[in-house]
Amino acid sequence: MTITAEDMRRFLMLFATNVAEQREELTRLDSAIGDGDHGINMDRGMKAVLEVLPGIDGSEAGTLLKQAGLRLVSTVGGASGPLYGTFFLRMGTALGDATEVSRAQFVAALRAGLEGVAARGKAQPDDKTMVDAMTPAVEALESADDSIDWAEALTRAADAAVTGRDRVTPLVARKGRASYLGERAAGHQDPGATSTALLFATLRDTFIDQA
Amino acid sequence: MKKLINDPERAVDEALAGMVAAHGDLIRVEEPNIVVRRDAPRQGKVGIISGGGSGHEPMHGGFVGLGMLDAACPGAVFTSPVPDQMIAATKAVDGGAGVLHIVKNYTGDVMNFEMAAEMAQTDSIEVSSVLIADDVAVQDSLYTAGRRGVGGTVLAEKIAGAAAEEGADLATVTRICQKVQDNVRSMGMALTSCTVPAAGKPTFEIGDDEMEIGVGIHGEPGRRRAKLAPADEIVQLLVDPILEEGLFDSGDEAFLFVNGLGGTPLLELYIVYRKVAEMLDSRGVRVTRNLVGSYITSLDMAGTSITLLKLDDELTRLWDAPVHTPALRWGM
Repeated sequence: MTITAEDMRRFLMLFATNVAEQREELTRLDSAIGDGDHGINMDRGMKAVLEVLPGIDGSEAGTLLKQAGLRLVSTVGGASGPLYGTFFLRMGTALGDATEVSRAQFVAALRAGLEGVAARGKAQPDDKTMVDAMTPAVEALESADDSIDWAEALTRAADAAVTGRDRVTPLVARKGRASYLGERAAGHQDPGATSTALLFATLRDTFIDQA
Repeated sequence: MKKLINDPERAVDEALAGMVAAHGDLIRVEEPNIVVRRDAPRQGKVGIISGGGSGHEPMHGGFVGLGMLDAACPGAVFTSPVPDQMIAATKAVDGGAGVLHIVKNYTGDVMNFEMAAEMAQTDSIEVSSVLIADDVAVQDSLYTAGRRGVGGTVLAEKIAGAAAEEGADLATVTRICQKVQDNVRSMGMALTSCTVPAAGKPTFEIGDDEMEIGVGIHGEPGRRRAKLAPADEIVQLLVDPILEEGLFDSGDEAFLFVNGLGGTPLLELYIVYRKVAEMLDSRGVRVTRNLVGSYITSLDMAGTSITLLKLDDELTRLWDAPVHTPALRWGM
Protein backbone atom coordinates (compact mmCIF):
# COMPACT_ATOMS: atom_id res chain seq x y z
CA MET A 1 0.00 0.00 0.00
CA THR A 2 1.62 3.22 -1.15
CA ILE A 3 0.14 6.65 -1.59
CA THR A 4 1.15 8.67 -4.61
CA ALA A 5 0.91 12.23 -5.82
CA GLU A 6 -1.86 11.05 -8.11
CA ASP A 7 -3.89 9.94 -5.06
CA MET A 8 -3.41 13.36 -3.49
CA ARG A 9 -4.41 15.07 -6.72
CA ARG A 10 -7.66 13.10 -6.78
CA PHE A 11 -8.17 13.78 -3.07
CA LEU A 12 -7.83 17.55 -3.53
CA MET A 13 -10.12 17.56 -6.58
CA LEU A 14 -12.74 15.51 -4.75
CA PHE A 15 -12.47 17.76 -1.69
CA ALA A 16 -13.07 20.80 -3.91
CA THR A 17 -16.16 19.12 -5.37
CA ASN A 18 -17.48 18.15 -1.94
CA VAL A 19 -16.85 21.62 -0.49
CA ALA A 20 -18.70 23.20 -3.43
CA GLU A 21 -21.62 20.84 -2.81
CA GLN A 22 -21.66 21.62 0.92
CA ARG A 23 -21.03 25.35 0.47
CA GLU A 24 -24.55 26.39 1.50
CA GLU A 25 -24.70 23.98 4.44
CA LEU A 26 -21.31 25.13 5.83
CA THR A 27 -22.40 28.75 5.46
CA ARG A 28 -25.73 28.04 7.13
CA LEU A 29 -23.98 26.47 10.13
CA ASP A 30 -21.57 29.41 10.29
CA SER A 31 -24.43 31.93 10.17
CA ALA A 32 -25.83 30.45 13.37
CA ILE A 33 -22.70 30.88 15.49
CA GLY A 34 -20.10 32.64 13.35
CA ASP A 35 -20.16 35.18 10.58
CA GLY A 36 -21.78 33.15 7.82
CA ASP A 37 -18.92 32.74 5.38
CA HIS A 38 -17.27 29.38 6.03
CA GLY A 39 -18.72 27.65 2.95
CA ILE A 40 -18.06 30.68 0.77
CA ASN A 41 -14.44 30.92 1.90
CA MET A 42 -13.66 27.20 1.66
CA ASP A 43 -15.21 27.07 -1.79
CA ARG A 44 -13.19 30.08 -2.95
CA GLY A 45 -10.00 28.50 -1.58
CA MET A 46 -10.50 25.04 -3.06
CA LYS A 47 -11.44 26.52 -6.44
CA ALA A 48 -8.16 28.44 -6.27
CA VAL A 49 -6.34 25.17 -5.48
CA LEU A 50 -7.97 23.56 -8.53
CA GLU A 51 -6.64 26.39 -10.69
CA VAL A 52 -3.02 25.63 -9.80
CA LEU A 53 -3.20 21.81 -9.60
CA PRO A 54 -2.59 21.19 -13.33
CA GLY A 55 0.55 23.33 -13.21
CA ILE A 56 2.17 21.45 -10.31
CA ASP A 57 4.71 18.94 -11.50
CA GLY A 58 3.28 15.70 -10.34
CA SER A 59 5.62 13.12 -8.86
CA GLU A 60 5.70 14.10 -5.16
CA ALA A 61 2.62 13.95 -2.93
CA GLY A 62 4.33 16.32 -0.48
CA THR A 63 4.92 19.01 -3.09
CA LEU A 64 1.32 18.85 -4.18
CA LEU A 65 0.02 19.23 -0.63
CA LYS A 66 2.46 22.07 0.12
CA GLN A 67 1.38 23.99 -2.97
CA ALA A 68 -2.27 23.43 -2.08
CA GLY A 69 -1.59 24.75 1.45
CA LEU A 70 0.20 27.84 0.18
CA ARG A 71 -2.64 28.50 -2.23
CA LEU A 72 -5.20 28.29 0.59
CA VAL A 73 -3.15 30.63 2.79
CA SER A 74 -2.91 33.10 -0.11
CA THR A 75 -6.54 33.07 -1.18
CA VAL A 76 -8.91 32.28 1.68
CA GLY A 77 -8.12 34.65 4.55
CA GLY A 78 -10.28 34.46 7.66
CA ALA A 79 -9.47 31.70 10.11
CA SER A 80 -9.98 28.79 7.72
CA GLY A 81 -7.27 30.01 5.31
CA PRO A 82 -4.40 29.84 7.81
CA LEU A 83 -5.82 26.70 9.48
CA TYR A 84 -6.47 24.51 6.41
CA GLY A 85 -3.43 26.08 4.74
CA THR A 86 -1.25 25.09 7.69
CA PHE A 87 -2.78 21.59 7.70
CA PHE A 88 -1.78 20.89 4.09
CA LEU A 89 1.57 22.70 4.41
CA ARG A 90 2.60 20.65 7.45
CA MET A 91 1.42 17.43 5.79
CA GLY A 92 3.45 18.29 2.72
CA THR A 93 6.53 19.16 4.74
CA ALA A 94 6.26 15.88 6.68
CA LEU A 95 6.14 13.88 3.43
CA GLY A 96 9.21 15.64 2.05
CA ASP A 97 10.20 14.62 -1.46
CA ALA A 98 9.09 10.98 -1.29
CA THR A 99 7.43 9.81 -4.50
CA GLU A 100 5.87 6.75 -2.91
CA VAL A 101 4.52 7.28 0.57
CA SER A 102 3.85 4.40 2.93
CA ARG A 103 0.66 4.20 4.93
CA ALA A 104 2.58 4.88 8.14
CA GLN A 105 4.29 7.93 6.61
CA PHE A 106 0.93 9.25 5.44
CA VAL A 107 -0.67 8.84 8.87
CA ALA A 108 2.35 10.54 10.45
CA ALA A 109 1.88 13.42 8.01
CA LEU A 110 -1.79 13.73 9.06
CA ARG A 111 -0.61 13.89 12.67
CA ALA A 112 1.84 16.68 11.72
CA GLY A 113 -1.03 18.51 10.01
CA LEU A 114 -3.20 18.19 13.11
CA GLU A 115 -0.42 19.50 15.34
CA GLY A 116 0.05 22.44 12.98
CA VAL A 117 -3.64 23.32 13.12
CA ALA A 118 -3.77 23.09 16.92
CA ALA A 119 -0.67 25.29 17.25
CA ARG A 120 -1.82 27.88 14.71
CA GLY A 121 -5.29 28.18 16.27
CA LYS A 122 -4.02 27.69 19.86
CA ALA A 123 -6.91 25.24 20.18
CA GLN A 124 -7.31 22.76 23.01
CA PRO A 125 -9.55 19.68 22.93
CA ASP A 126 -13.20 20.59 23.59
CA ASP A 127 -12.76 24.21 22.43
CA LYS A 128 -15.32 23.19 19.77
CA THR A 129 -13.16 23.59 16.69
CA MET A 130 -11.76 21.63 13.74
CA VAL A 131 -9.38 19.98 16.19
CA ASP A 132 -12.23 18.10 17.86
CA ALA A 133 -13.07 16.33 14.60
CA MET A 134 -9.49 15.95 13.39
CA THR A 135 -7.99 14.46 16.55
CA PRO A 136 -10.19 11.32 16.76
CA ALA A 137 -9.84 10.79 13.00
CA VAL A 138 -6.05 10.80 13.17
CA GLU A 139 -6.12 8.62 16.28
CA ALA A 140 -8.35 6.11 14.50
CA LEU A 141 -5.79 5.82 11.70
CA GLU A 142 -2.91 5.54 14.15
CA SER A 143 -4.59 2.70 16.01
CA ALA A 144 -5.41 0.77 12.83
CA ASP A 145 -2.36 -1.39 12.11
CA ASP A 146 -1.53 -2.94 8.75
CA SER A 147 -3.75 -5.95 9.47
CA ILE A 148 -6.69 -3.63 8.93
CA ASP A 149 -7.52 -2.86 5.35
CA TRP A 150 -6.66 0.76 4.33
CA ALA A 151 -10.22 1.43 3.18
CA GLU A 152 -11.54 0.13 6.50
CA ALA A 153 -9.06 2.29 8.42
CA LEU A 154 -10.11 5.37 6.46
CA THR A 155 -13.78 4.54 7.06
CA ARG A 156 -13.10 4.38 10.80
CA ALA A 157 -11.31 7.76 10.59
CA ALA A 158 -14.20 9.37 8.71
CA ASP A 159 -16.68 7.98 11.25
CA ALA A 160 -14.50 9.18 14.14
CA ALA A 161 -14.42 12.69 12.67
CA VAL A 162 -18.23 12.76 12.50
CA THR A 163 -18.47 11.44 16.06
CA GLY A 164 -15.97 14.06 17.23
CA ARG A 165 -17.88 16.80 15.42
CA ASP A 166 -21.17 15.76 17.02
CA ARG A 167 -19.65 15.19 20.46
CA VAL A 168 -18.77 18.89 20.83
CA THR A 169 -22.08 20.24 19.47
CA PRO A 170 -23.58 20.64 22.97
CA LEU A 171 -20.49 22.52 24.20
CA VAL A 172 -19.83 26.25 24.46
CA ALA A 173 -17.23 27.38 21.89
CA ARG A 174 -13.98 28.74 23.28
CA LYS A 175 -12.22 29.82 20.08
CA GLY A 176 -13.10 31.95 17.09
CA ARG A 177 -16.16 34.06 16.62
CA ALA A 178 -18.48 31.42 18.07
CA SER A 179 -16.82 32.06 21.45
CA TYR A 180 -18.39 35.55 21.55
CA LEU A 181 -21.80 33.93 21.93
CA GLY A 182 -21.14 32.25 25.24
CA GLU A 183 -23.94 29.83 26.12
CA ARG A 184 -25.79 30.69 22.93
CA ALA A 185 -23.29 28.62 20.91
CA ALA A 186 -24.18 25.46 22.83
CA GLY A 187 -26.29 23.08 20.77
CA HIS A 188 -25.05 24.38 17.42
CA GLN A 189 -22.89 22.15 15.23
CA ASP A 190 -19.43 23.67 14.65
CA PRO A 191 -18.82 24.66 11.01
CA GLY A 192 -15.04 24.06 11.20
CA ALA A 193 -15.49 20.58 12.69
CA THR A 194 -18.03 19.96 9.93
CA SER A 195 -15.65 20.81 7.10
CA THR A 196 -13.00 18.67 8.81
CA ALA A 197 -15.40 15.71 8.92
CA LEU A 198 -16.00 16.35 5.21
CA LEU A 199 -12.24 16.25 4.61
CA PHE A 200 -11.91 12.81 6.20
CA ALA A 201 -14.99 11.52 4.35
CA THR A 202 -13.32 12.76 1.16
CA LEU A 203 -10.09 10.98 2.06
CA ARG A 204 -12.05 7.73 2.52
CA ASP A 205 -13.85 8.14 -0.81
CA THR A 206 -10.60 8.97 -2.59
CA PHE A 207 -9.31 5.47 -1.93
CA ILE A 208 -12.57 3.50 -1.86
CA ASP A 209 -13.64 4.83 -5.28
CA GLN A 210 -10.29 3.68 -6.63
CA ALA A 211 -10.85 0.13 -5.37
CA MET B 1 -31.22 40.91 -2.00
CA LYS B 2 -31.69 44.47 -3.30
CA LYS B 3 -28.22 45.92 -3.67
CA LEU B 4 -26.21 48.26 -5.88
CA ILE B 5 -24.00 45.32 -6.80
CA ASN B 6 -23.20 43.98 -10.27
CA ASP B 7 -21.66 40.68 -9.22
CA PRO B 8 -21.10 39.61 -5.59
CA GLU B 9 -17.77 38.03 -6.58
CA ARG B 10 -16.57 41.40 -7.93
CA ALA B 11 -18.00 43.64 -5.20
CA VAL B 12 -14.74 44.35 -3.33
CA ASP B 13 -12.67 44.86 -6.51
CA GLU B 14 -15.20 47.24 -8.04
CA ALA B 15 -15.46 49.24 -4.81
CA LEU B 16 -11.65 49.57 -4.70
CA ALA B 17 -11.64 50.73 -8.32
CA GLY B 18 -14.23 53.34 -7.36
CA MET B 19 -12.15 54.50 -4.40
CA VAL B 20 -9.14 55.06 -6.64
CA ALA B 21 -11.27 56.87 -9.20
CA ALA B 22 -12.61 59.16 -6.47
CA HIS B 23 -9.49 59.61 -4.34
CA GLY B 24 -6.56 59.06 -6.69
CA ASP B 25 -4.91 62.16 -5.21
CA LEU B 26 -4.64 60.37 -1.85
CA ILE B 27 -4.38 56.64 -2.52
CA ARG B 28 -3.34 54.03 -5.04
CA VAL B 29 -4.32 50.37 -5.24
CA GLU B 30 -1.62 47.76 -5.84
CA GLU B 31 -1.54 44.02 -6.26
CA PRO B 32 -2.44 41.90 -4.34
CA ASN B 33 -5.34 44.23 -3.48
CA ILE B 34 -3.78 46.72 -1.07
CA VAL B 35 -4.70 50.38 -0.64
CA VAL B 36 -1.53 52.44 -0.32
CA ARG B 37 -1.01 56.11 0.49
CA ARG B 38 -0.16 57.73 -2.83
CA ASP B 39 3.20 59.13 -1.72
CA ALA B 40 4.33 56.02 0.25
CA PRO B 41 6.93 55.09 1.24
CA ARG B 42 7.99 58.28 2.96
CA GLN B 43 11.65 58.12 3.92
CA GLY B 44 12.30 58.20 7.66
CA LYS B 45 8.62 57.99 8.62
CA VAL B 46 7.19 55.02 10.52
CA GLY B 47 4.71 53.22 8.27
CA ILE B 48 1.35 52.12 9.67
CA ILE B 49 -0.77 49.42 8.10
CA SER B 50 -4.00 47.81 9.10
CA GLY B 51 -6.35 45.40 7.47
CA GLY B 52 -9.47 43.37 7.87
CA GLY B 53 -12.45 42.06 6.04
CA SER B 54 -14.31 44.37 3.68
CA GLY B 55 -17.82 45.51 4.56
CA HIS B 56 -16.70 47.94 7.31
CA GLU B 57 -16.17 50.94 5.03
CA PRO B 58 -14.80 53.52 5.39
CA MET B 59 -12.50 51.45 7.66
CA HIS B 60 -9.70 50.73 6.73
CA GLY B 61 -9.13 51.92 3.14
CA GLY B 62 -10.91 55.22 3.80
CA PHE B 63 -8.35 56.01 6.49
CA VAL B 64 -5.31 55.79 4.23
CA GLY B 65 -3.63 59.14 3.72
CA LEU B 66 -1.73 61.90 5.45
CA GLY B 67 -1.77 61.61 9.23
CA MET B 68 -3.42 58.20 9.42
CA LEU B 69 -2.67 54.87 7.68
CA ASP B 70 0.01 54.29 5.05
CA ALA B 71 -1.72 51.18 3.72
CA ALA B 72 -4.78 49.03 4.25
CA CYS B 73 -5.33 45.39 3.35
CA PRO B 74 -8.97 44.67 2.50
CA GLY B 75 -10.06 41.05 2.62
CA ALA B 76 -13.18 39.53 1.15
CA VAL B 77 -16.36 40.72 2.87
CA PHE B 78 -16.05 40.01 6.62
CA THR B 79 -13.02 37.79 5.96
CA SER B 80 -9.56 38.78 7.10
CA PRO B 81 -7.05 39.55 4.35
CA VAL B 82 -4.30 37.09 3.48
CA PRO B 83 -0.62 37.22 4.57
CA ASP B 84 0.50 38.10 1.01
CA GLN B 85 -1.37 41.41 1.32
CA MET B 86 0.17 42.26 4.68
CA ILE B 87 3.66 41.42 3.46
CA ALA B 88 3.19 43.53 0.30
CA ALA B 89 1.74 46.43 2.32
CA THR B 90 4.58 46.32 4.84
CA LYS B 91 7.14 46.50 2.04
CA ALA B 92 5.21 49.23 0.19
CA VAL B 93 5.18 51.61 3.17
CA ASP B 94 8.58 50.94 4.73
CA GLY B 95 10.58 54.15 4.71
CA GLY B 96 13.40 52.75 6.82
CA ALA B 97 11.86 53.62 10.20
CA GLY B 98 9.87 50.42 10.68
CA VAL B 99 6.21 49.52 10.29
CA LEU B 100 3.41 49.25 12.84
CA HIS B 101 0.64 46.68 12.25
CA ILE B 102 -2.67 47.64 13.84
CA VAL B 103 -4.60 44.38 14.20
CA LYS B 104 -8.19 44.00 15.35
CA ASN B 105 -8.54 41.07 17.71
CA TYR B 106 -10.31 38.46 15.60
CA THR B 107 -9.04 34.91 15.26
CA GLY B 108 -8.63 35.22 11.49
CA ASP B 109 -6.99 38.64 11.49
CA VAL B 110 -4.56 37.62 14.21
CA MET B 111 -3.57 34.35 12.48
CA ASN B 112 -3.06 35.97 9.07
CA PHE B 113 -0.98 38.82 10.52
CA GLU B 114 1.06 36.23 12.48
CA MET B 115 1.68 34.20 9.32
CA ALA B 116 2.69 37.39 7.50
CA ALA B 117 5.19 38.20 10.25
CA GLU B 118 6.63 34.65 10.08
CA MET B 119 6.83 34.61 6.30
CA ALA B 120 8.42 38.07 6.13
CA GLN B 121 10.92 37.61 8.94
CA THR B 122 13.80 37.20 6.52
CA ASP B 123 13.25 40.78 5.43
CA SER B 124 15.09 43.49 7.28
CA ILE B 125 12.02 45.58 8.09
CA GLU B 126 11.38 46.23 11.78
CA VAL B 127 7.73 45.44 12.53
CA SER B 128 5.72 45.95 15.70
CA SER B 129 2.06 45.28 16.25
CA VAL B 130 -0.74 46.43 18.52
CA LEU B 131 -3.86 44.36 19.04
CA ILE B 132 -7.08 46.36 19.36
CA ALA B 133 -9.60 44.65 21.66
CA ASP B 134 -12.07 47.21 23.00
CA ASP B 135 -15.47 45.50 22.86
CA VAL B 136 -16.80 45.09 26.41
CA ALA B 137 -19.64 42.84 25.15
CA VAL B 138 -17.15 39.97 25.06
CA GLN B 139 -15.85 38.58 28.29
CA ASP B 140 -12.09 38.60 28.12
CA SER B 141 -11.25 35.18 29.46
CA LEU B 142 -9.49 31.96 28.63
CA TYR B 143 -12.84 30.74 27.34
CA THR B 144 -13.26 33.23 24.51
CA ALA B 145 -11.13 34.50 21.65
CA GLY B 146 -10.84 37.67 23.75
CA ARG B 147 -12.45 41.03 23.23
CA ARG B 148 -13.10 42.11 19.65
CA GLY B 149 -11.52 45.14 18.04
CA VAL B 150 -14.30 47.58 17.13
CA GLY B 151 -14.74 51.37 17.30
CA GLY B 152 -11.51 51.96 19.19
CA THR B 153 -9.66 50.95 16.04
CA VAL B 154 -10.66 54.18 14.25
CA LEU B 155 -9.30 56.32 17.10
CA ALA B 156 -6.11 54.25 17.38
CA GLU B 157 -5.42 54.60 13.65
CA LYS B 158 -5.94 58.37 13.70
CA ILE B 159 -3.90 59.02 16.83
CA ALA B 160 -1.01 56.67 16.02
CA GLY B 161 -1.05 58.00 12.45
CA ALA B 162 -0.61 61.55 13.73
CA ALA B 163 2.34 60.49 15.87
CA ALA B 164 4.02 58.83 12.88
CA GLU B 165 3.32 61.87 10.70
CA GLU B 166 5.12 64.21 13.09
CA GLY B 167 8.18 61.97 13.04
CA ALA B 168 7.90 59.80 16.16
CA ASP B 169 9.96 56.60 16.07
CA LEU B 170 8.49 53.09 15.93
CA ALA B 171 8.68 52.55 19.70
CA THR B 172 6.85 55.82 20.35
CA VAL B 173 4.17 55.24 17.72
CA THR B 174 3.63 51.73 19.12
CA ARG B 175 3.42 53.06 22.70
CA ILE B 176 0.85 55.68 21.73
CA CYS B 177 -1.25 53.15 19.81
CA GLN B 178 -1.13 50.83 22.83
CA LYS B 179 -2.15 53.73 25.08
CA VAL B 180 -5.28 54.23 22.98
CA GLN B 181 -6.05 50.50 23.24
CA ASP B 182 -5.56 50.54 27.01
CA ASN B 183 -7.94 53.48 27.47
CA VAL B 184 -10.74 52.75 25.02
CA ARG B 185 -13.95 50.73 25.44
CA SER B 186 -16.88 50.09 23.12
CA MET B 187 -20.22 48.35 22.92
CA GLY B 188 -22.69 47.95 20.07
CA MET B 189 -26.22 46.84 19.26
CA ALA B 190 -28.16 45.92 16.13
CA LEU B 191 -31.72 46.56 15.05
CA THR B 192 -31.37 44.45 11.90
CA SER B 193 -29.03 41.86 10.46
CA CYS B 194 -26.80 42.59 7.49
CA THR B 195 -26.61 40.85 4.12
CA VAL B 196 -23.26 39.48 2.96
CA PRO B 197 -23.29 39.88 -0.86
CA ALA B 198 -22.03 36.36 -1.55
CA ALA B 199 -24.66 34.86 0.76
CA GLY B 200 -27.47 36.99 -0.68
CA LYS B 201 -29.68 36.87 2.40
CA PRO B 202 -29.58 38.32 5.94
CA THR B 203 -27.05 36.60 8.22
CA PHE B 204 -29.59 36.24 11.02
CA GLU B 205 -33.35 36.58 11.42
CA ILE B 206 -34.63 39.17 13.85
CA GLY B 207 -38.21 40.17 14.64
CA ASP B 208 -39.60 43.68 14.15
CA ASP B 209 -39.83 44.07 17.92
CA GLU B 210 -36.38 42.64 18.75
CA MET B 211 -32.78 43.83 18.98
CA GLU B 212 -29.37 42.24 19.48
CA ILE B 213 -27.29 43.63 22.32
CA GLY B 214 -23.51 43.31 22.18
CA VAL B 215 -23.01 42.71 18.47
CA GLY B 216 -19.70 42.79 16.69
CA ILE B 217 -19.18 44.08 13.18
CA HIS B 218 -19.61 40.91 11.12
CA GLY B 219 -23.26 40.05 11.63
CA GLU B 220 -22.23 37.54 14.26
CA PRO B 221 -25.07 37.43 16.79
CA GLY B 222 -24.65 39.43 19.96
CA ARG B 223 -24.59 38.15 23.50
CA ARG B 224 -28.34 38.33 23.86
CA ARG B 225 -31.59 39.07 22.10
CA ALA B 226 -33.91 41.56 23.78
CA LYS B 227 -37.22 43.29 23.22
CA LEU B 228 -36.88 46.59 21.40
CA ALA B 229 -36.81 49.61 23.72
CA PRO B 230 -36.75 53.41 23.32
CA ALA B 231 -33.40 54.90 22.26
CA ASP B 232 -32.53 56.23 25.71
CA GLU B 233 -32.97 52.80 27.30
CA ILE B 234 -30.85 51.19 24.60
CA VAL B 235 -28.11 53.75 25.20
CA GLN B 236 -28.07 52.86 28.88
CA LEU B 237 -27.64 49.18 28.00
CA LEU B 238 -24.55 50.12 25.99
CA VAL B 239 -22.99 52.79 28.20
CA ASP B 240 -23.44 51.09 31.59
CA PRO B 241 -21.14 48.13 30.77
CA ILE B 242 -18.50 50.56 29.48
CA LEU B 243 -18.63 52.68 32.63
CA GLU B 244 -18.62 49.57 34.84
CA GLU B 245 -15.08 48.98 33.59
CA GLY B 246 -14.07 51.74 35.99
CA LEU B 247 -11.94 53.64 33.50
CA PHE B 248 -13.74 56.97 33.87
CA ASP B 249 -13.86 59.05 37.05
CA SER B 250 -15.47 62.39 37.72
CA GLY B 251 -13.29 65.12 36.26
CA ASP B 252 -11.88 62.94 33.46
CA GLU B 253 -11.87 64.06 29.86
CA ALA B 254 -13.41 61.69 27.35
CA PHE B 255 -13.61 61.20 23.61
CA LEU B 256 -17.14 60.15 22.64
CA PHE B 257 -17.52 58.29 19.35
CA VAL B 258 -21.09 57.44 18.35
CA ASN B 259 -20.86 55.16 15.33
CA GLY B 260 -23.50 53.96 12.89
CA LEU B 261 -23.29 50.36 11.71
CA GLY B 262 -24.21 51.20 8.12
CA GLY B 263 -27.99 51.36 8.00
CA THR B 264 -28.74 53.93 10.68
CA PRO B 265 -29.34 57.61 9.81
CA LEU B 266 -27.38 60.41 11.43
CA LEU B 267 -30.59 61.72 12.96
CA GLU B 268 -30.75 58.62 15.17
CA LEU B 269 -27.03 58.77 15.97
CA TYR B 270 -27.49 62.30 17.34
CA ILE B 271 -30.39 61.09 19.49
CA VAL B 272 -27.98 58.49 20.84
CA TYR B 273 -25.21 61.06 21.28
CA ARG B 274 -27.53 63.32 23.27
CA LYS B 275 -28.27 60.58 25.79
CA VAL B 276 -24.66 59.41 26.16
CA ALA B 277 -23.50 62.99 26.73
CA GLU B 278 -26.21 63.40 29.37
CA MET B 279 -25.14 60.20 31.16
CA LEU B 280 -21.48 61.23 31.15
CA ASP B 281 -22.31 64.74 32.30
CA SER B 282 -24.22 63.39 35.29
CA ARG B 283 -21.09 61.51 36.32
CA GLY B 284 -18.84 64.50 35.90
CA VAL B 285 -17.03 63.10 32.84
CA ARG B 286 -16.32 65.89 30.33
CA VAL B 287 -16.61 65.09 26.65
CA THR B 288 -13.91 67.22 25.04
CA ARG B 289 -13.65 65.56 21.61
CA ASN B 290 -16.16 63.58 19.59
CA LEU B 291 -16.93 61.82 16.34
CA VAL B 292 -20.47 61.08 15.12
CA GLY B 293 -21.14 59.11 11.96
CA SER B 294 -20.71 55.73 10.28
CA TYR B 295 -16.97 55.00 10.31
CA ILE B 296 -16.75 51.31 11.20
CA THR B 297 -19.72 49.59 9.69
CA SER B 298 -21.25 46.18 9.22
CA LEU B 299 -22.53 46.50 5.63
CA ASP B 300 -26.20 47.53 5.81
CA MET B 301 -26.80 46.68 9.46
CA ALA B 302 -28.99 49.14 11.34
CA GLY B 303 -27.61 49.81 14.78
CA THR B 304 -25.00 51.76 16.66
CA SER B 305 -21.85 51.35 18.67
CA ILE B 306 -20.59 53.66 21.36
CA THR B 307 -16.89 54.12 22.00
CA LEU B 308 -15.35 56.02 24.89
CA LEU B 309 -11.66 56.91 25.07
CA LYS B 310 -10.09 58.47 28.14
CA LEU B 311 -8.14 61.46 26.89
CA ASP B 312 -4.97 63.12 28.07
CA ASP B 313 -3.08 66.04 26.53
CA GLU B 314 -0.99 63.81 24.27
CA LEU B 315 -3.96 61.92 22.81
CA THR B 316 -6.02 65.09 22.41
CA ARG B 317 -3.22 66.91 20.60
CA LEU B 318 -2.67 63.96 18.23
CA TRP B 319 -6.40 63.66 17.50
CA ASP B 320 -6.43 67.37 16.56
CA ALA B 321 -3.40 67.04 14.26
CA PRO B 322 -4.04 67.41 10.51
CA VAL B 323 -5.45 64.46 8.63
CA HIS B 324 -6.28 64.03 4.95
CA THR B 325 -7.84 60.71 3.98
CA PRO B 326 -10.91 59.78 1.93
CA ALA B 327 -13.05 59.57 5.09
CA LEU B 328 -11.52 62.06 7.55
CA ARG B 329 -10.06 65.45 6.71
CA TRP B 330 -9.26 68.49 8.79
CA GLY B 331 -6.44 70.91 9.60
CA MET B 332 -5.41 71.26 5.97
